[in-house]
Amino acid sequence: MFKLENVKFKDIIEINELKIEDNLVTAVLGPSGGGKTTFLKLLNNMISADTGKIYYKNRLIEDYDPVKLRRKVVMLPQDPQIFKGSIADNFKFTEELTAKKYSDDEVYKELLKKVSLDKNLFDAAEKLSGGERQRLALARVMLLEPDTLLLDEPSSSLDLETEEKIIDMVVKYARNNCRTMIMVTHSPDIADEFADRIINIEKGKIV
Amino acid sequence: MENEAINIEIMQLVFAYIFVLILLTIVKKKDIGHQGEILLASFRMTVQLVAVGFVLDYVFANQNPFFSIGVLLIMEVFAIYNIYGRVQGEISSSLKKIIAISMFSGTSISIFFFLLIIIQIEPWYRADYFIPLSGMLIGNSMTGISLGVNHLVNGFKDNKKLIENYLMLGAEPLLAVKRITNRAFYNAVLPTINSMMGMGIVFLPGMMTGQILAGASPITAIKYQIAIMMGILGSVTLTVYFMVNKGSETFFNERKQINLE
Ligand SMILES: Nc1ncnc2c1ncn2[C@@H]1O[C@H](COP(=O)(O)OP(=O)(O)OP(=O)(O)O)[C@@H](O)[C@H]1O
Ligand SMILES: [Mg+2]
Repeated sequence: MFKLENVKFKDIIEINELKIEDNLVTAVLGPSGGGKTTFLKLLNNMISADTGKIYYKNRLIEDYDPVKLRRKVVMLPQDPQIFKGSIADNFKFTEELTAKKYSDDEVYKELLKKVSLDKNLFDAAEKLSGGERQRLALARVMLLEPDTLLLDEPSSSLDLETEEKIIDMVVKYARNNCRTMIMVTHSPDIADEFADRIINIEKGKIV
Repeated sequence: MENEAINIEIMQLVFAYIFVLILLTIVKKKDIGHQGEILLASFRMTVQLVAVGFVLDYVFANQNPFFSIGVLLIMEVFAIYNIYGRVQGEISSSLKKIIAISMFSGTSISIFFFLLIIIQIEPWYRADYFIPLSGMLIGNSMTGISLGVNHLVNGFKDNKKLIENYLMLGAEPLLAVKRITNRAFYNAVLPTINSMMGMGIVFLPGMMTGQILAGASPITAIKYQIAIMMGILGSVTLTVYFMVNKGSETFFNERKQINLE
């Protein structure tokens, strides 16, 4: 799926060789400031490596149209932004941004259920709590049904119990639908429990 | 009823500077400060206007297409540098280039449309029409672009995370910033729209006042005023539209990554 060769980005990332398999769940662990977010951004071309090669499905990332690539490899940022309006507006705007048709409200409701967000579609999204926002943002990503999900600490504002539940749900979703998932997490327990493979990034290097 | 304006004698004019003295006395007495600035402003106004007066006097007396075009170019350059100066914070050189191109092409199109098709001056370079009317279009477009650039730059800075989030979901950059560019455009043309709202009721526009003082009938004066307002609206619209759309592209690189230093 992803292959990295001698990739360098400023003095933040330096990876000589790395392969990330298809249809597996990969967890990324490492200390704060180690370069985990930067690593994810390299994979969807939000930033470009200074040197080296990154392949996605055996094709150089720089050979893809960046927007088309990002629609296949969707990233949930570390502090996702909530869009103006209602929860439904958040879903609709996500579809607008990616040139998709609006789905039925049923689809949105189903997603809310998946992320255990017990809210009405027409509730104001700006009133959601930090953890609720995070789950709405995850639901927005799932709405797009990407081939690959890049999740940057998707559960950082959740309590332990909700965290387990949400990660379990999204991991199952990835496995059942043959999707690749790369997830940054601060929790070694979560990584051990759910991931097929764990990558440790420290000072920009895989250890 | 067309008659000449009353000529002001030099001695009478000198007397007008008493208003500057009043201001200076107040700021000094009340410890407000800034006397230097007030003196400099009065001095600059005097010197600049005297210089412009003599230059225009010469240009009007010696009608020549090169003079008219030359003055137009000088006004454009001053306006463009004025815009650069009014932007809060640094702007990229590619945005500067877009500003210059938008200003130059947008105003030129509207100036020639206005002078040749609406007013129909003859010859086309007739300086006593060409220069002041171009100046008004350029001046208003300059204000519009300054507002537009500031809104654009701040919009990108304030919404960087949101734009990044849109891109990460797979949005085309220009769609991701549509709300910002639309708002910048609207804010830039708003003063022109507002001045049309209040025109004639809240204030008498400067050009109309000038024409009436110079002896034109109010009816002639309003016809010119309406025409120039349309010209200004057109020029502001064109320049700002150009700048906002092309300018927002400068915030992204060829890999559609957001590019804010
Ligand atoms: N565009 C950039 N230019 C320069 N330095 C950057 C840039 N982006 C990130 N950094 C720096 O690179 C380092 C790694 O940042 P990164 O966000 O990837 O860390 P992280 O592992 O995600 O940390 P955290 O767990 O705190 O989120 C940090 O020191 C950060 O300040
Ligand atoms: Mg991070």
